[in-house]
Amino acid sequence: MQNETKARVDQLTSPAGAPVSVLRFEGDIASTSKDAVLGTYQSLPKNDAKKILLDFTKVDYINSSGIALVIQLLIEAANAGQKVCAFGLSAHFTKVFTMVGITKYADLYPGQAEALAAL
Amino acid sequence: MSEIKTTTVEVRLPSRMGFEKVAMSTASAVAKLMGFPDDRVEDLKTAVAEACINAIEHGNRLNDKLSVGVVLSAGEDSLEVKVIDDGKGMTKQPAKPDIDRKMHGEEDPRGMGMFLIQALVDEAEWVVGTEGNSSYVRLVIRLDQHAE
Repeated sequence: MQNETKARVDQLTSPAGAPVSVLRFEGDIASTSKDAVLGTYQSLPKNDAKKILLDFTKVDYINSSGIALVIQLLIEAANAGQKVCAFGLSAHFTKVFTMVGITKYADLYPGQAEALAAL
Repeated sequence: MSEIKTTTVEVRLPSRMGFEKVAMSTASAVAKLMGFPDDRVEDLKTAVAEACINAIEHGNRLNDKLSVGVVLSAGEDSLEVKVIDDGKGMTKQPAKPDIDRKMHGEEDPRGMGMFLIQALVDEAEWVVGTEGNSSYVRLVIRLDQHAE
């Protein structure tokens, strides 16, 4: 019943010249998304990927189990000294991420350009 | 004294993850018919989804032989949603999630469903079934609550 979560990684450069790994998600982010969310993040080389963007532009549904996976990603990123930002969330999920406190550990931006510029 | 007319819609879901989206779609359709603005419809969808996930996972313990009942009662200026399962119900409320504790590994990253439900609707109550089953969560959103 859940739309399978797809994830891919793009390597970009910020306007300041820093390498940025962009994790692009598509579909639902729920309890079944562990491999797509954490697995894709864990496949990034820890020494090279110091700035990470999470792209939620093509995500329609995120539930509390999906939010927990994002928090687990943030925990691992904090432990690895990586900076994480996110973009492309709907107004509703921007509100939900703010409510649960994620914005304390990952800045949210409307689009990729704003997020890249902030890194 | 005029009589308030209530329209009821009922859905039964299998206790399988993912089927909460059927309840979300139904709640969304009813709320839109009642004239709720888009942001309140989104709030309701997330609250209903979390209530159904709790019912499927914790109430019915993913038992495929049990179903989750979702009863939507549309009144004149409010929508009530009851999500009913065969569990024993919630006897105490979990603590409010603390992102700092989660980030420092002192709290499970999960466990935000009830917090989201309470934060997104105007009323939320958890009712324990009288004979140890048929417990339910009751959610209410009101039409004029957030009008500008």
